[in-house]
Amino acid sequence: MSTNTASKPLTAKDFKSDVKPVWCPGCGDFGVLSSLTKVFAELKLSPENVAVISGIGCSSRIPAYVNSYGFHGVHGRALPLAIGLKVSRPELTVIVTGGDGDGFSIGGNHFLHACRRNVDMTYVVMDNQVYGMTKGQASPTTEATWAKGKLTPGGPGINPFHPLVIALASGANYIARCSSGDPNGTAKVLAEAIAHPGFSFVQVLSPCVTYRPEQRDWKKSTRPSPVEPTDDPARAARRLMSDDGLNTGPLYVGSRAPYQPELKASVENLADLEQEFLV
Amino acid sequence: MSAPEQASARSTLIANVEDLLAHARTMEAEAAERYDDLADQMEVHNNHEVARLFRKLAEIEAKHIAAVEAMGDGLDLPELKPWEHAWDNESPEATEVDEVHYLMTPYHVISIAMHHEKKAVEFFESVVENSADPKLREMAEGLAEEEREHVRLLGEWLVRYPKPEKGWDEDPDPPNLQE
Ligand SMILES: Cc1ncc(C[n+]2csc(CCOP(=O)(O)OP(=O)(O)O)c2C)c(N)n1
Ligand code: SF4
Repeated sequence: MSTNTASKPLTAKDFKSDVKPVWCPGCGDFGVLSSLTKVFAELKLSPENVAVISGIGCSSRIPAYVNSYGFHGVHGRALPLAIGLKVSRPELTVIVTGGDGDGFSIGGNHFLHACRRNVDMTYVVMDNQVYGMTKGQASPTTEATWAKGKLTPGGPGINPFHPLVIALASGANYIARCSSGDPNGTAKVLAEAIAHPGFSFVQVLSPCVTYRPEQRDWKKSTRPSPVEPTDDPARAARRLMSDDGLNTGPLYVGSRAPYQPELKASVENLADLEQEFLV
Repeated sequence: MSAPEQASARSTLIANVEDLLAHARTMEAEAAERYDDLADQMEVHNNHEVARLFRKLAEIEAKHIAAVEAMGDGLDLPELKPWEHAWDNESPEATEVDEVHYLMTPYHVISIAMHHEKKAVEFFESVVENSADPKLREMAEGLAEEEREHVRLLGEWLVRYPKPEKGWDEDPDPPNLQE
């Protein structure tokens, strides 16, 4: 990782690592990488004070492509890892990145409790409604009738998971949806999400051009939400009841105090440390 | 809002020469960075001819950044956030991330580049049309002419590359098969 030694402010390009992404050309995740690096530059962050944590999946490769600290972890386990990091190093800007499979299937339980615990970090899910890395299986956000998955002939047949509803019900403190086809709009939302105290959840509709080529149309079908975000969970919930999944922008901006245990200068023994994490 | 109304509303964000040059600088920088990213992508996917072309376009755009910066010498250009510019989404000259394919040909590269140079012309023309400030209009007209020249040059390049036949994106041995 190269750090900011010169006085010249860092640009988005400075936040890109030397590792060339192996994503399929056209993949929406390129747009998210562009948004993240732009926002790090705009917030004048230093690479050594940023940690990007992920699980497994195409989208979860992002830490390798960002010039900051990062951890490409275990499938579905990015959130608990990031929570541990943030509570012990609260001065860091912690970003968690991943896909809908990583975050809502194998990592679904962590998602609920991360929203509930409300540690100050930002969780960016690149939602392509499919498992891209393992070659095109249905994910929790896949629509019931998507019949192209070889493991789910005729479609999964069950209603998709609604990430924003779950985030709201579980206590996330900032909730938004973006489209990777609008990297600058996404960067704006990410800047707010990072600046907002507590757990921020940002769903980015990010097309998998290989297994869901029809998602290229999201660029045309997504639209900025016509209403301002609310701080009232009941109002946000009502909005979500009529949401077709294509409105973008912040939905809910809460005011719950983030969870941050008091840090001891040193820890006598591991059992004492463990006690701090018991709820 | 109709398209002309939108153009006029946006042009109010460009009130003077400094605003215009700040926009022009971002336009060239976003285009250059995206071309470089696309060159990297094509190298990763062993499409070397296209990679070289994207890299060349990135180098050309980088020279344009220097040219715009020289025009703004001595002026205090505003530092705009990516989302504070007078355009929706990314700058008109930047290729969008989903416009590419790993089997694309030089013909596609030049066609995409021409499309975005034309959008840049339209952008500067909208500033000319919607401003009453003679200095600003003159500079915007100069920038539009510069972009028109790029469209002409790309047009000359394009004739060197034949239009690929239908089915150019069919891969008998694709890297990603559904499982
Ligand atoms: C414990 C474990 N189970 C299963 C897998 C296989 N696996 C790898 S990535 C993935 C899903 C990826 O989908 P998603 O998180 O939506 O990311 P995308 O690739 O679409 O960006 C699965 C099931 C794994 N790596 N580890
Ligand atoms: S398989 Fe899909 S999600 Fe993975 S890199 Fe390719 S387009 Fe992106």
